[in-house]
Amino acid sequence: MKPLLTTKGLSRQFGGLRAVDGVDFALMPGEIRAIIGPNGAGKTTFVSLLSGRVRPSSGTIVFDGADITAMPAYKRVRLGVAYTFQITSVFANLTAFDNVALPVQRTLTDGRTKGQVRTGVMAALERTGLAERAGTLAAHLSYGHQRLLEVAMGLALRPRLLILDEPTQGLADSEIDNFITLVREIAKDATVLLIEHNMPVVMQLADRITVFNSGKILAEGTPDEIRADTQVQDAYLGATHG
Amino acid sequence: MRDASPAKAYALHIAVVALLFVLNFVLPDYHQGLFARIMALAVFAMGYNLLFGYVGLLSLGHAMFFSAGLYGAGLTVYHLGWGVPEAFVAGVACGALLALVIGLLALRTSGVAFMIGTMMFAQVFYLLILYFAAWTGGDQGLVIQQASRVVTVGGDALDLTDPTVRYMSALALFAVVLLITLALVRSRFGRVLVAIRENEERTKMLGYDTGANKLAAVVASGAVCAASGAAYALLFGYVGSSFASVQYSILPLLWVLLGGAATTLGPLIGTLFMYYVTDITSGFTSAYLLIVGVALILLVLFFPKGVLGSIRQRWLGWLP
Repeated sequence: MKPLLTTKGLSRQFGGLRAVDGVDFALMPGEIRAIIGPNGAGKTTFVSLLSGRVRPSSGTIVFDGADITAMPAYKRVRLGVAYTFQITSVFANLTAFDNVALPVQRTLTDGRTKGQVRTGVMAALERTGLAERAGTLAAHLSYGHQRLLEVAMGLALRPRLLILDEPTQGLADSEIDNFITLVREIAKDATVLLIEHNMPVVMQLADRITVFNSGKILAEGTPDEIRADTQVQDAYLGATHG
Repeated sequence: MRDASPAKAYALHIAVVALLFVLNFVLPDYHQGLFARIMALAVFAMGYNLLFGYVGLLSLGHAMFFSAGLYGAGLTVYHLGWGVPEAFVAGVACGALLALVIGLLALRTSGVAFMIGTMMFAQVFYLLILYFAAWTGGDQGLVIQQASRVVTVGGDALDLTDPTVRYMSALALFAVVLLITLALVRSRFGRVLVAIRENEERTKMLGYDTGANKLAAVVASGAVCAASGAAYALLFGYVGSSFASVQYSILPLLWVLLGGAATTLGPLIGTLFMYYVTDITSGFTSAYLLIVGVALILLVLFFPKGVLGSIRQRWLGWLP
């Protein structure tokens, strides 16, 4: 099977800081991949490079066989690379409906979906359990619901690769369970790449885990392999070992 | 916001147009003339609102688009002897073309730099009008003779200097632009414009080329403002450089803020209000600007989102 996304020697410097340093990375279609690592390890910069929000200093990104290194972010979205923000950034002054209508009408314009804006919006809202709140201003939604709205917007883009940046941050435990179910749903027809700090979530969801440290990949493997990796324990999990 | 009440919204707008139609037969001569002027200038405000209200781009140079229409129509009639319809189209085309060029340049900036950039371009435009005084009439301007302002429709000659013809022409333009604006802001394009205003970065990450959308909005806004300028030249027969001065870049901002930014009917209300406050108070005292100022302060205090903006926020959420 060919990978959906690969990077070669991908780097990004901010002044003297090498936030992402020569990363070779491959993501297989259909997998759920988690990226973990201590604060400042370059996780968010790395996914920002993938989504096109940040330009790489060097290296290449290939998505589905095409080199997208120099492609502007909005075009990558149209190819199917969707990104949900770490800090919730729904359109606060628009209704939940209008928030989701924006990605829905995008896929309609691109000819990737057919039908009516309203149908597409309601489908995405129902999938995230927000259908009853379609007419509510996003600013009036609870934090958990805003996070879900963010996911609904990502879903409505019909992504082939959905990048979730710390999706469970600030969610209550009960909401996290729903969220795990939701991501498994999404993974049925999309590849999911998530940055996550909540280890139980990572261990339950991820097929594979990539560990970042100081802008480089420190380790990669199944949840069990990562759990057993002493290097990772030193850098991140903080466990003491003999 | 954009909920399931399109019928209500369209009914309201058609009612406003119908009311303005009836007013033509009710208003005394003086006010009939004033209303014609207000409707023509409300189109200017609506064009400004498109960019400022919906996209959130504050331009301080829209006088150049208005006067591009004004001179585009006025000069073709004056020098080339063009008919009224051709001259009107020429005016709109000038405004749209200028907006395209200015948009390409000014949209490289945002925020305060965009304000200053547009203001500077408008000043250049103003000075060019003065520089080419041989054609533009400089600060004296040009008067377009009554004979040039007659349209033949079928076999009938419509004289734009006739108060009723003038009123109805202004109303026709106003109604068309109003309904186009309403349709536009309810369209997919309108939704993207509002999204850019709210969070441009996020809009990009939903797959939108925000630069292209903003440019389209600048061109649409410029074309509407030019339509207002072209109509003004043809209806009132005067083309002058004062319309290109910075005052005419500030006025539409004021009208829109007063009436309610990002409301379809706000520009009309703002223009109407400013005109009448000025008109009434200047009848009593030469210090009328003082009273206008106080009225503005009171409005901002009690209607911070403009008349219609505040009404929408407090009572009528369905207002477009």
